[in-house]
Amino acid sequence: MAIKCGIFKTSYRSDMAMWQTKNSRFWMALFFIGLIVFPFFVSKYFLYMANIIAIGVIAAVGLNILTGFAGQISLGHGAFIGVGAYFAGYLTSQFNINFIPAFIAGGLVTAVVGMFFGLPSLRLKGFYLAIATMAAQFILAFVFIHLRSVTGGSQGMIVSPPEIAGFSFDSDFRYYFLSIGTAIVMTLAAKNLIRGKFGRAFMAIRDNYIAAKTMGVNIFLYKIIAFGISSFYAGIAGALWAHYIQIITPEHFTFSVSIEYLAIIIIGGLGSLLGTVFGTIFIMVLPEFLRFINGIVSLHYPMLVNMFDAIREGSFGLAIIGFLIFEPDGLAARWKTIKNYWKLWPYSY
Amino acid sequence: MIKLEVHDLFLSFGGIEALKDISFSVNNKEIFSIIGPNGAGKSSLLNCINGLYHPQKGKIIFKQTDITNWPADKIAKLGIGRTFQNLELFKGMSVLDNLMLGRHNHLKYGIMPSIVWIGRASKEEITSRVKVEKIIDLLEIQSVRKKTVGTLPYGLQKRVELGRALAVDPEIMLLDEPMAGMNEEEREDMARFILDINEEMDKTIILIEHDMSVVMDISDRIMALDFGEKIADGTPEQIQNNSDVLNAYIGGKEKGQVA
Ligand SMILES: Nc1ncnc2c1ncn2[C@@H]1O[C@H](COP(=O)(O)OP(=O)(O)OP(=O)(O)O)[C@@H](O)[C@H]1O
Ligand SMILES: [Mg+2]
Repeated sequence: MAIKCGIFKTSYRSDMAMWQTKNSRFWMALFFIGLIVFPFFVSKYFLYMANIIAIGVIAAVGLNILTGFAGQISLGHGAFIGVGAYFAGYLTSQFNINFIPAFIAGGLVTAVVGMFFGLPSLRLKGFYLAIATMAAQFILAFVFIHLRSVTGGSQGMIVSPPEIAGFSFDSDFRYYFLSIGTAIVMTLAAKNLIRGKFGRAFMAIRDNYIAAKTMGVNIFLYKIIAFGISSFYAGIAGALWAHYIQIITPEHFTFSVSIEYLAIIIIGGLGSLLGTVFGTIFIMVLPEFLRFINGIVSLHYPMLVNMFDAIREGSFGLAIIGFLIFEPDGLAARWKTIKNYWKLWPYSY
Repeated sequence: MIKLEVHDLFLSFGGIEALKDISFSVNNKEIFSIIGPNGAGKSSLLNCINGLYHPQKGKIIFKQTDITNWPADKIAKLGIGRTFQNLELFKGMSVLDNLMLGRHNHLKYGIMPSIVWIGRASKEEITSRVKVEKIIDLLEIQSVRKKTVGTLPYGLQKRVELGRALAVDPEIMLLDEPMAGMNEEEREDMARFILDINEEMDKTIILIEHDMSVVMDISDRIMALDFGEKIADGTPEQIQNNSDVLNAYIGGKEKGQVA
């Protein structure tokens, strides 16, 4: 009997494994090797893009935990990223605190702020919650501008690159390892969180909160935990961003940033971590692509140069609407279709 | 031994009095059925017991504790599980995840172990998984364990919901019309599962069901409600011969399912 139990256990363990097949483990390994090799072969521009995407992935994973998994909409994510940026930046620049504890403190403080602004979710749902979190966005934006003694107001706050044991992450190349490393660790952490008790409770609240209550889930507690975790991710992303760009101003954390992150998880796929990565790449690369096209076309129509910002915002909107209509499950669903196609290849038609 | 006591429970929605001073008690390990025409107040009564509705008057006592007006999640934790008349499943989650969610309060690990996974979290998950697999075997739903619940046929969804309530490992199970909308074979399976759960897993069961042949077959005791009032309780024989019960069904031009 005891032996039989042992066999059961190992089989359930492998059944619950993150990457179930040899094949998927192989591709993951290849992907990680690719990430390590990549920076040695590309230009500064691509390193910059990779850094921006990695930091974006962290923030977007946070929002997807809250909105995609727990079903609580937030229009304040941009401001939460700002809280982490300013708090960590303040600690490193004013008190010379090492970046590791400063980043973690930035994440934790943002988590507390997020939980506070998540309190209305006790009573509000959907559209009304969206408006309440939008209030968080504007209140925090006001603080960023007017709490000059801390944030430097619209002049901004200057911070220096993170440093540890005399090694400074002061170039795109060096920063790459910090941002990609953090993004990988935090995405895997999210994956673990999602497959366990917390993820299930979040999804249960999203799918049917009455049933969740009836099964013993403390709805309010778990909503607040979701806000906390989500904001922690935003805070860490903010801290990483601040120390990469090295000058933080309020316009980095506006309402349109919140919308941008919502676009990322809708386009990538609500409730999909892989989709979050795809969505981030899509949204971060889209403006670059547009800039490129705009550059060519504006040779003939010069007035387009001035309209670039409008075009950019407009295409975000178009992309969201397009996905909502044609691929509501986002890029993650597209990926699944493609994967299934190749699995059966050459017999698929 | 008495497992659950209800005293003078009164519940109204505006002008509608759904429950008028209902009192009864349920013994340990019995199958206690509640019958009555549509709108009699049966589901409302279960909703009061598990904390989804809050009665204006009266008392509900479970394990020497007054649980009246407790929140639903606390009542679940204390040991009352339930299924719903109209399926209330987590439609976007797999069968396995639905059942594992039922184990929520048995999983004690916090956020940090969950993130690391290896160690406490995975150990507790495996223990729960073993329990959930036993339920999957009992309910014969092995072949669909990884399927998304929303894609399953109705009869199987009903079974999954029973499994999820069982995963909570409660002392009392409240089952609201578990056989509604099923064919003959599915009803028989469901009746067998309920008996198994009662006999082998020692669960006390409070059952709402319109199919009188099943109710008469498997119940230890029955209570009849009509327009929010208790009109009778007793053994199946006593209820079958009770004129008030017969009148309630015939007078209410109801289903006419009295055996
Ligand atoms: N949430 C609610 N709001 C308003 N009225 C309600 C609510 N829930 C139940 N009622 C009313 O209470 C009365 C009893 O309803 P209940 O659902 O308990 O009946 P039931 O015995 O379960 O009937 P059925 O056999 O049709 O399931 C009905 O008149 C119903 O309309
Ligand atoms: Mg009912």
